[in-house]
Amino acid sequence: MELKTPADTSAAPSRSCLEVTKLQELVYELKIEQVMTKKVLTVSPDEPISRLKELLRINRISGAPVLKDGELVGIISIEDVLKALEKGEISATVAEKMTRDVQTLFSDESVIQAVTKFGRLGFGRLPVVNRDGKLVGILTQGDIARGLLRQLELDYREEEIHRYRASHIFEDIVSDQTGLILRYQVKARDFSRCGEAASKLKRALERLGAMPAEVRRVAVVSYEAETNLVIHATSGGELLAEIQPEKIRIIAVDRGPGIADTEKALQPGYSTAPDWIRELGFGAGMGLNNIKACSDQFRLESKLGVGTRLEVVIQL
Amino acid sequence: MKLAEVLSVLEGKLITCEADLGEEVKMACGADLMSDVLAFTHAGTLLMTGLTNPQVVRTAEMAGIVAIVFVRGKLPPPETIALAEEKHIPLLASRYTMYESCGRLYATGLPSCGLFKLTADAWSKADADCTEQREISQDL
Repeated sequence: MELKTPADTSAAPSRSCLEVTKLQELVYELKIEQVMTKKVLTVSPDEPISRLKELLRINRISGAPVLKDGELVGIISIEDVLKALEKGEISATVAEKMTRDVQTLFSDESVIQAVTKFGRLGFGRLPVVNRDGKLVGILTQGDIARGLLRQLELDYREEEIHRYRASHIFEDIVSDQTGLILRYQVKARDFSRCGEAASKLKRALERLGAMPAEVRRVAVVSYEAETNLVIHATSGGELLAEIQPEKIRIIAVDRGPGIADTEKALQPGYSTAPDWIRELGFGAGMGLNNIKACSDQFRLESKLGVGTRLEVVIQL
Repeated sequence: MKLAEVLSVLEGKLITCEADLGEEVKMACGADLMSDVLAFTHAGTLLMTGLTNPQVVRTAEMAGIVAIVFVRGKLPPPETIALAEEKHIPLLASRYTMYESCGRLYATGLPSCGLFKLTADAWSKADADCTEQREISQDL
């Protein structure tokens, strides 16, 4: 016989931590009510053993909780029936032969509690009660195994769905021109959140399976455009990305103040950004140039007092 | 060059909790102007900067920067660290100035980002014109 000393188990604690299997995890995660049999066949204490024997045989079960006026008063198993038969006490009542001190499980306990209890007591089944003591189900080791398998299958299916890359979308959804439109509202002057829209757009493109080089171009364009909205637009603006299988159009729109001279704004180094922006590493008059350099089509329209519209196309 | 090596060359420290120091950087750049970083860096670059605001991390995310080194022993504010951890971008601190940090890494053979060459190519023509004019004026 092999004895496990405490030293054995503490030898590699981190490793055993890592090696918790999915099944072990589930045993802790799953609640007893998720795996128990809810439809319970119960018997009355006054039932004769002869009738119980038939009930067990017809329903192909090996035991049943005993209820009196809705209260759990005992449990009786096929073993008790056999013992009674051996003694020729077939007409005895369930009440005389049942186990009165019933071990139960709580429906909201995790399955591991049940596993431990089964291991310790060696019983074939345990009635499940709620916190008010009412019988709500019954649990056998078979129920646990089935419950775990069912949950494993569910988890597996969920993982499959998760693995389903969004890149299939353009193959699955057929039209003459399929496009995916993502809109992001950009708040004015909120520099701490600047880049969130670009970050989300970047991630969306990655999920759609775009090539890294193209993702980078889109990221730079959208981040610079977003930064411009944050810095300059009086009331913020909107960043819109229309993703098509072979190109992406990015539009940044705001409602003012507008650019006085768009030609001048496109000159490298020209900037009207305030000092606090410059201190953050921006506003050096490079943004629009960066956007232009990363795009295949570039259009900047602006009217003082009305607003600015930047439209960029990047071929994928 | 592995990040662990970068740390030892810069006698620096790792700021973010989780980081794979076995990660490779292929080239490096030093900049305090985030638009320059967006314009000129390649994916796989190590960024050295004196700026410590969260936008540095945003910029790194957009530009595909592998890791960020803060020079002059500067440590970034918690919001920068939080964003970097969320985006899995390691943050490092160098004991040295920007100039010396770059110099030390360059001396070990870590190259500069290649995209800067493109801007240089653009002014080679103008440069040639200038040289020509200088030669002419010398002749006079």
